[in-house]
Formats: sequence, C-alpha cells, structure tokens
Amino acid sequence: MNPVEVSSLKKHYGDIKAVDGISFTVNQGEVFGLLGPNGAGKTTTIEILEGLRKREGGDVKVLGLDPWGNGSELHKRIGVMAQGFTFFEKANPVEAIKYYADLFSVKADPEEILREVLLEDSAKNLFENLSGGQKQKMGLALSLVNSPELLFLDEPTTGLDPTARRAIWDVIRGLKAKGKTIILTTHYLEEAEQLSDRVAIMNHGQIVAIGTADEIIQKHGSAERLEIHGTEELANYIKTNTELKVEYNGKGLISVALTEKIDALAALAAAEQSGLEWGEIRTRRDSLEDVFVHLVSGSIDEHGEIKTEENAGNQRRR
Amino acid sequence: MASGKRIISDLRVFGRGYFRNVAGLFFGLIFPVILILIFGAIFSGNNTGKVTVYLQNQDTSVPAPFIDVSENFTQALNSTGTLNVQSVPVSENFTQYLSDHSTYDGIIIPANFSFNYWLEQPMNVTVYGNPTQSSNGIVLGTVSAITDYFNLQRYGGTHIVGISSASIGAEQPKYIDFLVPGLIGFAILISPMFSMVNISSEYKKSKLFKQLSLTPLTKFEWLASKVLWYIFLSVISFLLMVGVGVLVFGANINLTVWLIPFLILGPMMFCSLGMLVGTITKSVETASVVGNIITFPMMFLSGTFFPISLMPEYLRNIAHVLPLFYIVEGLNNVLVYGNIWAALIDIAVVTAITVVVFVAAAKVFKWRED
Repeated sequence: MNPVEVSSLKKHYGDIKAVDGISFTVNQGEVFGLLGPNGAGKTTTIEILEGLRKREGGDVKVLGLDPWGNGSELHKRIGVMAQGFTFFEKANPVEAIKYYADLFSVKADPEEILREVLLEDSAKNLFENLSGGQKQKMGLALSLVNSPELLFLDEPTTGLDPTARRAIWDVIRGLKAKGKTIILTTHYLEEAEQLSDRVAIMNHGQIVAIGTADEIIQKHGSAERLEIHGTEELANYIKTNTELKVEYNGKGLISVALTEKIDALAALAAAEQSGLEWGEIRTRRDSLEDVFVHLVSGSIDEHGEIKTEENAGNQRRR
Repeated sequence: MASGKRIISDLRVFGRGYFRNVAGLFFGLIFPVILILIFGAIFSGNNTGKVTVYLQNQDTSVPAPFIDVSENFTQALNSTGTLNVQSVPVSENFTQYLSDHSTYDGIIIPANFSFNYWLEQPMNVTVYGNPTQSSNGIVLGTVSAITDYFNLQRYGGTHIVGISSASIGAEQPKYIDFLVPGLIGFAILISPMFSMVNISSEYKKSKLFKQLSLTPLTKFEWLASKVLWYIFLSVISFLLMVGVGVLVFGANINLTVWLIPFLILGPMMFCSLGMLVGTITKSVETASVVGNIITFPMMFLSGTFFPISLMPEYLRNIAHVLPLFYIVEGLNNVLVYGNIWAALIDIAVVTAITVVVFVAAAKVFKWRED
C-alpha cells in the first residue's frame, strides 16, 4: 500500500471549488511536490490529508487511515510543518522539542534534531528572536520529534531569502536521504524541480499535470522548436510559405515547432526567401517552467514566484 | 483520555512563557499590588475622618500671675479626635494663610485670651469656614463644645449629661477590609480574561491551534492547563493581597476554606469567558474590543474598588448581572463578615455561571475546521 492514496477528492468553500476531484498517489520514500499558484488548492489538499479539514467527496487514505476519522491515530505517525509556522514566542527550540516529545510521549534528543535541521546555533534563543529561516527550521525540527514515516511540508520556504531557502532545501534533501516520504507544497517552480521526485501541478483545484519533470515536459511541452528573432510579418511569411506550426510572441520572437530536424531548414529557407530582416536563431526544448506557465496560463516573476492573471491582485486563500 | 502528563507539560511551557513576559507579569501580579498600595494609602491613612484646621494663637504674652490657658484650649481641640490642628505663626496674615493653603477652616485664639479668661471678661474665639462645606459644621461644633467646657470649668460646674459612643460589631470593617476581597476579585478577572481573549484569537489567526491539533494534545487538556495556571496565579494574587492588606494596612480578614471555591471557580469562569470571546470574534482586534467592553464595566461596577452600597440604585442593579459581582460579594462574605451562609449562595451562583460559560466555550472552540 502506498503512503498516500487520493481519489476524486473534493472540497469547496461557498461557491469556490477549492479542490475539484483530484486523484494521485505518493510512493514510499519519494518527495512528492504539489506545485501551483496561490489559491490553486494545495494547502486545502494537504490539510485534508493531515486530517485538519473534512473532505466533501472522494476517498483519502494516508498510511492506510482515514485522516478525518482517525486523526489522532494518524498524527502520531506523520510530521507536519504548517504554512507560516509559528510557535509560543517565549519558548526556545530546545524547550519546544521537549514539549512536543512530552505530548507525543516519545524520547527525543533536542540536540540531535536541531543538528539535523541546522539550527544547533540557536538552540537557546526564544522563538520571537529567531529569523524567518530559523523559525521554519524550528518548524521542521518539531515535525521530526515523533520520528514520522510521512512528512508534510506546506510551503516550507515561502517568504525566505535565497540563502535561507537553500539551507532549508539542504535539510529536506537530508531527510529524503534518510528515506522519509515527503509531501511538499510550493509555488516556487525551482523548489519543486530541485527537491521532488514527482510533481503534481495544480490549478483551480485540479491537477493539470503529474509525473516526473521529464514526463510532464514530454507530455505537455512542445517538442524541439526553432526560435528566430524577427517581426510578426516574417512570422506570417513563414507560416504561409511552409506547412510548419508558427507562433509569434508579440515581442520579436518567432517560434517554429520542429517535428523533424529537417523542418528547421525549411523554416530558415523561408526566412531567407522573405527578404525580411531576422536575427539570432536557436533551437530549444520546453523546460518545466515553460510547461508550467503554459498550463496555469501565468508567468513567473523575478522572485521565481508564479503569477497568474486572476491572482495578480494577490488574493491569497489561507 | 485526558493525560496529566500532557497537561503538565503544556502548563510548564505556558507558565515559563508567562514569567518571561514582563508586561503580562506586571498586569497579572504587580498591578493589583500597586492598586492596593495606592487605594489603601489614600483611604486608610491615620487622618481618616479628621478635619484639618489651621489655628493661630494670638495669645502670646500672658502677664505674670496668670496661667496660659490658650495652650490647654489648643490641646483640648486636638484631643477631640475630630480635628487635626495645625498651628499658624502669629506673624502670618491669617486669611491670606488659609487661602495660600487652599482651605477654609481656621480658628483664631485672640490676644489676652488667658488674661480675659481669668478676669472673666467676655471674648470670642473666631472660627473661619465656608458654611457650604461639611467640615465647617464639624469645626464649629467641636470649638463650641470645648468653649462650653472651658466656661463650665471656670465656674466650677459639673457635667450632668454626658455621651458615650458604641459601634456595631466587635470591630467595624474598614475600607481596606473591603479593598482586599475587591482587588482579589480584580486580579481573578483581569489576568485570565485579557490573556485568554488575546491568546485564543491570536492562536486562531496564527494557526497555532491547528498545529497543536496535530499533536496528541486535546483541546480539553489545553484548556485545563490554562485554567490550572490561572488558578495558580489567583492564589498568588490572593496571598499578595492578603499579605499587603494585613501587614501594611492592618486589614481584618477571616481566612477559611470557604474562599477556596472562589479562587478555583473564578479563574475557570474568566478563562472560559475569555476563550469564548476570542473564539467567536473574527479578528484579534475585534476580540480585544469585545473583551474590553465586557471587562471594564465589570472591573469598576462589581464592588472591586469600593463597596457597591456607595453606588446609586441603577448601578447596583447593573452590578447584579455581572459575574464578578458574585465573586467579590462572596469573598466579602467570607473574608470580611464571616457570613458563610450568604457566601454559599454566591458560590452557587458562581458555579452556575461558570458551568454555562465553560460549556459554551468548549462547544464553540474548535481545534480544527470542517
């Protein structure tokens, strides 16, 4: 049995379908990334899996248990780092770990856990005095206290600077190396690419693509294509004079889909024949980013964060 | 199943955090002590009930064979227990002196007072005062009694009718005796109330409750640990109040086991009420406003700072619907009057309110959402 099995899961808030009939499984020992823009339904999904929210339709089995019905049983076996982790302001990481160990009735070595999450330097600093990255690390530390079989990390690096983010990634890679099954949500594409074995891309409460990065690219990306710097006029010329699929991006870049390598010659011949100006040429394949942008019809901003048209106004569902 | 181990472990983290929070510590423990010191000093000083009066004795030179009686007269005024006599040098302009000291009450013993007294020449002791002030009557009455006494003495007369006074009860309760239970009630109210309103709305917003719900800690255990903590704090407050009241102000207090129900039920009631407010309000800001609307009238109108018998009828009626009133009244019945039967009624009322609020809070408060 797989650690997580989800089929036709549904959840709505009022008229909004937060999760609209998704199905997926997570395999033993893998890092599974739920990737999507804000409001795609990632947190709702993960909270249903953790037993924090009640589902409205479909089946969910986490470690063989129904998360809502058997929550207390499940909670002993999973570790959770919630989105925007917070703790009692006047407690330090060592005290927090001891507290969790008491609650779970387990023995835990605070030093060892703090070393594992690279937080041993701040073992005695009060939570309120920790930096954003240190707070997230403490969240990770607490999720490990009960030696869980399955870890849920909900946007573990949101709001952190690149250095802090990379430090968290190192911690997560270390956990993966120890064989933990990890479900990770993120709206950073790079994070999903760096950490996940498999990725599910969510948008509007649905999974629009799922698999390894290569599988997703193969299935949803275009094949190799030729890119030519040139005008729209040139794009139209190539389109009418060849049988190739030609797209113009409106900003001086013409993209020609290549079914066979020889198609490139035809496209360039047409360009030359047109007598119009054209510049740099190159061939490329879709990256996960291209596929992602295509699938969620959005863009990725300078911080690597996904922006879609409908949530450009930055409405976040919490 | 509730686990004592988890409750204690939560209690330890919460208590440690509480003691590390200077502001919370101040409002919870130190502030009520400051209040009892201030109110106690204002209303329980040695001068209570005495009218301060300025006296200028112009009878400075008494001719040789005569004895100075102006001094005796002054001492007699002082020994009545109603006046606190302050002497004014003869060099001062008396009315100016009174106005400089923002007072109306003064007495002038005229020059040649002793001389005239022995020669039986009529003369007047002048009493200054503002007839609209009650102190004026007290001064006039006292001076008049003393002059009568001096006149009687001069002619060798004797008292036929005298007065003796008696007060009800072995010892008349003083203001401080009411202040101690009042401020214990105040401490029982404010610490759990403010803190639970804040915590339950803040933890809801920051999703800390959600996080805790992912551990074996149950919401009942969490609430139990908070109630235990605030019972502990109210016991400390109680000891501080009684200590300061008795040692500093000489309060009279009956310590019996009957005060224990109030120290347990009070924090339980206000923890639950605070949690109820923090849970049903949508934001931290609203929670704090609603919390204040509930707390402040209760703080002033429940007989905490002054007995409600001093309040007008309509305010007394309001007091009777405030839960804290029954705690303060009960503590008064136990600590001041030693009236256990009356206290039992208060305990019954407090128990009923506590059960209702506790059940409501436990019902409304959710670890996780649907």
